[in-house]
Amino acid sequence: MAELIIISTLNGVLYGMLLFLMASGLTLIFSMMGVLNFAHASFYMLGAFLGFQISQWAGFIPALFLAPLIAGGIGALVERYGLRTVHKNGHVAELLFTFGLAFIIEEVIQMIWGKLSVDYRVPTWLDFPAFTIYATNYPAYKTFMLVFSIAIFIGLIYLLTRTRAGLIIQASLTHPNMVGMLGHNVPRVFMLVFGLGTALAAIAGVIAGAAYVTQSNMAALLGPILFVVVVVGGLGSLWGAFVASLLIGLLQTFAIASDWSLNKFFGDFITPTRGTLLFDVWTVTIAQIGPILPYLLLVLVLIFRPTGLFGTRET
Amino acid sequence: MKWQMPKKLLGLAAVGLVAGAGYLALPQKTEAQGATIKIAYVDPLSGPMAGIGDTGLKNFQYILEDINAKGGANGKKLEIVPFDNKLNAQETIVQVQKAIDQGIRIITQGNGTSFAIAISEFVTKYNERNPGKEVVYLNYAAVDPILTNDKCSYWHFRWDANTEQKMAAITTFLQGRKDVKKMYLINQDYAFGHGVRDLALKFLKEKRPDIEVVGNEVHPLAKVSDFAPYIAKIKASGADSVITGNWGNDISLLIKAAADAGLQVNFFTFYAGGTGGPTAVKQANLSNRVFAVGEGFANIPHKASQDFEKGLRDKYKVSLFYPRGVNQMRMLAAAINQAKSDDPKKFAAVLHGMKFEVFNGGQGEMRASDHQFMQPMYMASFGPIKADQPFDEEGTGWGWTIAGKVDTKDTNVSTTCKMNKPS
Repeated sequence: MAELIIISTLNGVLYGMLLFLMASGLTLIFSMMGVLNFAHASFYMLGAFLGFQISQWAGFIPALFLAPLIAGGIGALVERYGLRTVHKNGHVAELLFTFGLAFIIEEVIQMIWGKLSVDYRVPTWLDFPAFTIYATNYPAYKTFMLVFSIAIFIGLIYLLTRTRAGLIIQASLTHPNMVGMLGHNVPRVFMLVFGLGTALAAIAGVIAGAAYVTQSNMAALLGPILFVVVVVGGLGSLWGAFVASLLIGLLQTFAIASDWSLNKFFGDFITPTRGTLLFDVWTVTIAQIGPILPYLLLVLVLIFRPTGLFGTRET
Repeated sequence: MKWQMPKKLLGLAAVGLVAGAGYLALPQKTEAQGATIKIAYVDPLSGPMAGIGDTGLKNFQYILEDINAKGGANGKKLEIVPFDNKLNAQETIVQVQKAIDQGIRIITQGNGTSFAIAISEFVTKYNERNPGKEVVYLNYAAVDPILTNDKCSYWHFRWDANTEQKMAAITTFLQGRKDVKKMYLINQDYAFGHGVRDLALKFLKEKRPDIEVVGNEVHPLAKVSDFAPYIAKIKASGADSVITGNWGNDISLLIKAAADAGLQVNFFTFYAGGTGGPTAVKQANLSNRVFAVGEGFANIPHKASQDFEKGLRDKYKVSLFYPRGVNQMRMLAAAINQAKSDDPKKFAAVLHGMKFEVFNGGQGEMRASDHQFMQPMYMASFGPIKADQPFDEEGTGWGWTIAGKVDTKDTNVSTTCKMNKPS
């Protein structure tokens, strides 16, 4: 049991940190521009494919740095020449713009890399078991993913709270006009934040793509859960995104690990016959409903705490 | 400014309409198929299971090239036409309709039992409403028993052994494996996965009641990117073996996660041979501990089939996933020859009850009572290849070795089918 708990915790934290890398950019972009970027997960996918391509040419380490740089650059250009132009027409236009962008990115990726999953593998020098807990190996690459994403998290917190650039970003979040009056180029700050946010998503793509599967529907698989993270954490709150990411990562992993069902607790009192609706409800395990738990959490949060766990404004 | 937008849009819409009408007005090449007999291949060619759909397509292309080189069917060439169903039930029917609109009257599909049921019902209804234009559905891999039982149709023919037959083969094999004591079931959360689970429980109870089932899991189909949490659970259950019907990415990622965690158990699978599966098994170093059930494997010593396998590998760089696909297409060609017609109504009557020498040798029969093909089945294990075995998989140096054979009579499960034979 202890083994299952430790391994599940590690898996859950890792999944949570990956979610955080993406959600942090999404929540920053939202708090600045007031627009939910529907194409955010597409930049995660773009990062994975660029990571695959660059690691084919130059190896994994260059890919780890170059892919987010390119994806972030594309993100900044999208903000500068796309979103900023659309911004005049209001939030709905912006929302539709990012919605369309997600489809365009998916189509372009399918055109370049095809519809099949690409053979993006863990680099051989990281392909070994790092340590053993009881009798279960924990792969070195996953350890690397964990350490790397925690390092980025610390770096991000440092950037936002301890540097001058971070101060300007934070000020632009709440008082964009005042920051503009003080002589800072607020649109450029927006552009940089958009670029930074998409680059963070791309980093998640580069490291997750190698461990899991890199294919043209990976954005669609992850997109919805990102919105859950930012809403549960509170739109615009970095700490909220962090806590919500870990919460959802652990929730999903532990849900899979548990075999609880109503039947397990109440089976002695009521035993429905096989084939009836009640039987299905009675025997469904937490593991089976695991994938919908985050959305259940989303609904509950929206009802009971519309600002999210750490948010300051209503969603 | 606000008024101009709708006008622009209207203009665009008008252009679109004209273009669309022009396209529709073009004469469609429906009748101009005198020289070829087209077969619509409706399977996922994009998305998570695209790898499987793509390999299947290559298999069929080679199978038909082989048949065409030997004269085709009734003097015509056979051609496979791909349609992407995006692993989606609605899209499947849209694509089948599209194929029929193009004048194609033979449909083949295999991935996804739920889609197979949809096609079978659609084709049956279509044929009732369009006498003289019958369409036939050749099923090479959708294995839910229901297709040849309660929902059987005269227009559906299945060449793959169904879940019940496969599970009968696996559990018969397990009778000789007394080292297996604790079994874990993990399957995909849809009709097929549930079927595998229920049949495993039923047959284990009959044939190996001493085996303890220590876990019984279903997970979302084609949505899990990391099976590590499931592997942790299998590990914690103390299982020594796993039965799974997983296919496509769901089997390769499952075994990959087992490799990462160092989980050493036996895997009794339906489809470990699929794309990525062999590579994952080799990485996991599970030498001869991963088993697959099937109607044929590359290393079966049978010259004709080994020559065929080599030809396919040289040309398309894929293994023969579907020996049953060879049976299907060869029987189709033979039936068309015998009926002297490529009208589905005529050759379906020949397929009904047809006997045939199967790809890897041995007698097979398209059972008339339910259109389920009866054939010898094999259990094979995956490990380093021996000197007399010509084929490895995915360049791993490992290949399939036959671990047991189950004769046709031993998978002769009963059927509840009451077939409506057209007059």
